[in-house]
Amino acid sequence: MEHYHMNLTLKVWRQKNSHSEGKLETYQVKNISSEMSFLEMFDVLNEQLITEGKDPIAFDHDCREGICGMCSMYINGQAHGPWKQNTTCQLHMRAFKDGDTIVVEPWRSQAFPIVKDLVVNRSAFDRIIQAGGYISVNTGNAVDANAIPIDKKDADDAFMAAACIGCGACVATCKNGSAMLFVGAKVSQLALLPQGGPERESRVLNMVAQMDKEGFGNCTNTYACEAECPKGISVANIARLNSEYIKAGLSTEEK
Amino acid sequence: MALDAKIPAGEMDKKWTDYKGHVKLVNPANKRKLEVIVVGTGLAGASAAASLGELGYRVKAFCFQDSPRRAHSIAAQGGINAAKNYQNDGDSVFRLFYDTVKGGDYRAREANVHRLAEVSTSIIDQCVAQGVPFAREYGGLLSNRSFGGTQVQRTFYAAGQTGQQLLLGAYSALERQVALGNVKMYARHEMLDIVKIDGVARGIIARDLVSGKLERHFGHAVLLCTGGYGNVFYLSTNAMGSNVTAAWKAHKQGAYFGNPCFTQIHPTCIPVSGDHQSKLTLMSESLRNDGRIWVPKMKNDNRSPKDIPEDERDYYLERRYPAFGNLVPRDVASRAAKERCDEGYGVGTTKMAVYLDYKDAIMRYGRIEAGKSGMVNPSDSVVYGLGKKVVEEKYGNLFEMYAKITGENPYETPMRIYPAVHYTMGGLWVDYELQTTVPGLYALGEANFSDHGANRLGASALMQGLADGYFVIPYTIGNYLADDIRTPSIPTDHPAFVEAEKAVSERIQKLMSIQGKQTVESFHKRLGKIMWDKCGMARSEKGLKQAIEEIRALKKEFWSDVRIPGEIDAFNPELDKAGRVADFIELGELMCIDALDRNESCGGHFREESQTEDGEAKRDDVNYSYVAAWEAKGDGEWALHKEALNFEIVKPTQRSYK
Repeated sequence: MEHYHMNLTLKVWRQKNSHSEGKLETYQVKNISSEMSFLEMFDVLNEQLITEGKDPIAFDHDCREGICGMCSMYINGQAHGPWKQNTTCQLHMRAFKDGDTIVVEPWRSQAFPIVKDLVVNRSAFDRIIQAGGYISVNTGNAVDANAIPIDKKDADDAFMAAACIGCGACVATCKNGSAMLFVGAKVSQLALLPQGGPERESRVLNMVAQMDKEGFGNCTNTYACEAECPKGISVANIARLNSEYIKAGLSTEEK
Repeated sequence: MALDAKIPAGEMDKKWTDYKGHVKLVNPANKRKLEVIVVGTGLAGASAAASLGELGYRVKAFCFQDSPRRAHSIAAQGGINAAKNYQNDGDSVFRLFYDTVKGGDYRAREANVHRLAEVSTSIIDQCVAQGVPFAREYGGLLSNRSFGGTQVQRTFYAAGQTGQQLLLGAYSALERQVALGNVKMYARHEMLDIVKIDGVARGIIARDLVSGKLERHFGHAVLLCTGGYGNVFYLSTNAMGSNVTAAWKAHKQGAYFGNPCFTQIHPTCIPVSGDHQSKLTLMSESLRNDGRIWVPKMKNDNRSPKDIPEDERDYYLERRYPAFGNLVPRDVASRAAKERCDEGYGVGTTKMAVYLDYKDAIMRYGRIEAGKSGMVNPSDSVVYGLGKKVVEEKYGNLFEMYAKITGENPYETPMRIYPAVHYTMGGLWVDYELQTTVPGLYALGEANFSDHGANRLGASALMQGLADGYFVIPYTIGNYLADDIRTPSIPTDHPAFVEAEKAVSERIQKLMSIQGKQTVESFHKRLGKIMWDKCGMARSEKGLKQAIEEIRALKKEFWSDVRIPGEIDAFNPELDKAGRVADFIELGELMCIDALDRNESCGGHFREESQTEDGEAKRDDVNYSYVAAWEAKGDGEWALHKEALNFEIVKPTQRSYK
């Protein structure tokens, strides 16, 4: 792989806290290696800012290997930047060239208030899981793991849905700020598995109710969420969410 | 204080059953009055908090990330071991126990390891019941693969995201308890000290990382589930935020630190590409199931790997260890890679890498697939295409990750890999009940030292984290809390809380007042370099002595010249990091002291002075068959206590994987 170095102009959203107003600030970074990750480029900028006696840019990140779901930058108008099925931390600088201007904003959604700069509060996702994103099985209650065979296709589909990292790119990228891909993924995972059966109806009703309460918008089928999802979670999960929701609504009315 | 591991009497395979049969219980009404603090929400913390909440204890759980689901257990790739013997290949609780003690190079406590092997099977049952989507065969039953240091297939997995799926299972159980009001969750909070009253752990001081405010929290008991300290090396496979701070504060409050120098260097990571590098990425050990590791037979061979013919390749693991081949334990594989690179056979631009090659595996799988569909004499390219699909299904996400980081296609050109710091076997010393030397203070998962000896086998970390949290602590904590039912919750205006908060606050102010010239990051990098060069894959008396001097000097420089921007009472990640690096510097010194004391090689600890003729680690059971438990005595002063290791079942021998 050919390596090269580049000078870049960055326009980054700066906001002191959730109460203050924010704005885009312009920074220059020089001699950035194409082998760096995008966040390593931010490390370089922050080291520069600290040395100059300025406030470094706050951004969320932890594992830097695309799995914890903490990193969350809106880069040149795309959640997690230009690469497909990729997180911000796995984006590498060979995606850019010398002289580029890169605009970096936080996730923007009513349900994700800004903490500082590029850091947002995604605790709404935890509260949605609290509403029903689990199987009620206390430790020690389980039967032998092979007691219930599960169709490989169902198990594989459940896994594909469970691969969601809870980063919130789907919400950030949706013009309605909808969380239905996130909710659909969890509802699907548990609806596809026999273990999820007993709570199937209450789960979907409660999770959707919490999703609405948090202020997330509705789905209007633009599929932007699927296009930007770093884990390639399919919108088929939203279809399954809708179908589970309707079925649950009907059957609870009968009861 | 004499160390008492509190190992139950009786035969090895009866100890845990007997213990559970006789341990003190707390009745449900009393459980509701007892408060337990859990710090960290990875596999150990989330499973412990959920299980204790289910039992009826009032639990408070803390994590520094924005959600408990982000703890670094999430990044574990390959799998989790369990002695299910679903494959009918001769596995058993005894074999898992035996492999783990041997894999740990006879430096683990047998009773703990046996218990781990016993509860391993319940973990898989529990996870499946929670909806963890493990890989399955077409018949609908669970699939297994093998990992290093074993000759059976006992590893359960969910593609290359096993840690993620297990953690999300534990996280969902935790969130269910939050919803039920049994657990109160504090995200973006960092524990900055243990509060002791009358010598007993009674709570913590935590900092709200958003507001910067200090908080006092009472608990009848405190559980540290705060992971490992691999980031002392700066570059490791750990998450950026992984740190030793909670464990280190506990250590300074009287908890002994066990075997701090026992570090695992994982053989298959993506090599360092330059000075900008902020972390290293693991390529799962599961890749060694099918991949073959090699270097050119000729020194400084600059040809492309494709141009190096088969007979000019040295498959050095298969050559040196025919019985285990590419599946030797991690410490052995790492040292073998270092040996080849040091001798000048390394590959890539830095020459500090070896090849992990999938070509043979792709062709092998391709021929199987072609056979299944009845193809006669398929061309190589057809076979390759079929095999590639199989490899994609098994390891696709890992191959993609490699491609994203390096810009190279690993299906076409062999991956370049090199060892990197991955896991720390050392940690807070705990007894059989997982209690540290501070009463009421427990350590679970990677944060304790107990089960892996001097080298952890692959797919055993997830097993231990969940064993401790789901199946050990719910029993052992009762034995302690049963005697504490008359203790009412202590108000946090108690002088011990006031004092502890004051000390934490003063330390933060001191850090902020230095206003020197050098960034926190630059100190961390320098510490990492000292540790990697002198306390990494090979250690010597001379190097370690130098390292200790260098670390002491670095500590002085840090406390007089570090620059931390921002404010105390605000969201300030640089301040958070500064506190962690300050603790890493102190830990680094202790690791070197421990490595210097242990004048033998064992597992991941390789003392150059102690090796066999063919360069294998040479243990010294006469002098070093002990756990080194270090007591903090003051600034840069420690006292060594030894817990002798008695092997009743597995007799220590020179480990051989040949």
